[in-house]
Amino acid sequence: MKLITAVIKPFKLEEVREALAEAGVQGMTVTEVKGFGRQKGHTELYRGAEYSVDFIPKTKLEAAVSDELVEVAVEAIVSSAATGSIGDGKVFISDLGQVTRIRTGETGDQAL
Amino acid sequence: MSNFLFKACSPIILLLAAIMPGIAGAQDALDSGDTAWMLTSTALVLFMTIPGLSLFYAGMVRAKNALSVMMQCFTICCLMTVLWVLYLYSLAFSDGSAFIGDLSMAFMSGVGVDSLSGTIPESVFSMFQLTFAIITPALIVGAFAERMKFSAMLWFMAIWVSVVYAPICHWVWGGGWLGEMGVLDFAGGTVVHINAGIAGLVAAIVMGKRRGYPESPMKPSNLVLTMVGAAMLWVGWFGFNAGSELAADGVAGMAMAVTQVATAAGALTWMFAEWKSHGKPSALGLVSGAVAGLVAITPASGFVGPMGALAIGFASGFGCYISVVKIKRTFGYDDSLDAFGVHGIGGIIGAVLTGVFVDAGLGGAGLADGVSMAAQVGKQFVGIVATIVYCGIVSFIILKVLDNVIGLRVSEQDEQEGLDLVLHDEQGYNM
Repeated sequence: MKLITAVIKPFKLEEVREALAEAGVQGMTVTEVKGFGRQKGHTELYRGAEYSVDFIPKTKLEAAVSDELVEVAVEAIVSSAATGSIGDGKVFISDLGQVTRIRTGETGDQAL
Repeated sequence: MSNFLFKACSPIILLLAAIMPGIAGAQDALDSGDTAWMLTSTALVLFMTIPGLSLFYAGMVRAKNALSVMMQCFTICCLMTVLWVLYLYSLAFSDGSAFIGDLSMAFMSGVGVDSLSGTIPESVFSMFQLTFAIITPALIVGAFAERMKFSAMLWFMAIWVSVVYAPICHWVWGGGWLGEMGVLDFAGGTVVHINAGIAGLVAAIVMGKRRGYPESPMKPSNLVLTMVGAAMLWVGWFGFNAGSELAADGVAGMAMAVTQVATAAGALTWMFAEWKSHGKPSALGLVSGAVAGLVAITPASGFVGPMGALAIGFASGFGCYISVVKIKRTFGYDDSLDAFGVHGIGGIIGAVLTGVFVDAGLGGAGLADGVSMAAQVGKQFVGIVATIVYCGIVSFIILKVLDNVIGLRVSEQDEQEGLDLVLHDEQGYNM
């Protein structure tokens, strides 16, 4: 099992959700986050006072998937979240030790 | 039924209409048209402070202080009202001397149902003038926002309106020396805007900068509120300027027209100036320019024509833009929401240009007999300098005394936490 963590542009969330659902991913958790990568931040100007904003709003999406689904899920995220311009985000994949479904107590792939 | 009644009464109506000019010509007769407009104007000007200015300011401060500025504006409204009926109205508008009224009308003595001021009830006149005494101190809030103790703010405002606003109002509108000299200030360029702007500048300098200014970001909490507030100010300003004619007549009509024109010109000027220098037009810039135009047309509104208003709006939009974006940064004072940068500078530009565009050759109502444009501009300068000097010195003294007696600023930690929570045990936003 793997945990897929994707940081994407907020307006792409709906497309990514649809693509992941089509790929067979059954659930996900979404958080509004702030951060920066190579895009860096932006500047804001209020009556001549210029502020550089280092952290820009992004959406973090987490989904736990079975090993065989990882490749197709990542492909779904990459193809649906890409705009081609800087700041599209990243996908992180990490090993997942165990998963338990709270309602039934099922574990492992059964719980995904 | 009503149609029948109308027909039955129509001969009487015609008869009344025939004798109306005789009534209107008599001195001290109530005019219902004037009264209706002044009732409306009074409500419009009150609407400028609550909620117009309050929202305009609340959106510009950080979220942790949003409630505090709204609270200050609302409280000022209440405090000024009480002081006004106790003694302020009398100090400002009773005969007194050339410098200040007396206490002959304290406790609103002599103001009854039948008392008239010109063609309107004196109750309406005094409430209309009260709304000016409310918005002037409320404007000052913008200069010291986000750092002043609420108690110190109340003391300062109560003393300031008594010893600064009331006399200067008397000088210009209460039969005092500036009015007698022929200074033109239709709706309060000196009394309201220069006065509030200078007091704000002095307060910003005496109190010092907000902690972290200008290095750390102090982003406006909600520019949507600011735009809503600015729009309310614009609408309310028709009562401010066209109401200052104290009648529903041609001058009031032109005052309304020029107010609209100057505001639009000021807004576009600031927007394009910022677009040119920064590369993008901003919403805050647009509404700041609108207020700059409103401020500058205020003294001129009963005297200039639409083309004069266009020029005044342009000059103020540009002048205030420079003062806020460049001059404030150069000198480093922290006029938090630009009370001086917009109201002080805009008021001065408007007061000077009133003396220019009042000229009939430039579309204005015309200079007084035997007064040249240069002489009128000279008078305008006397009004400006007198207001700056008197307001500046007295405001400084009040602030210094209060600072020594009760302290003006909240502690560093309280400022960090935000005035909403620290001073009021509340938060503007619980989201």
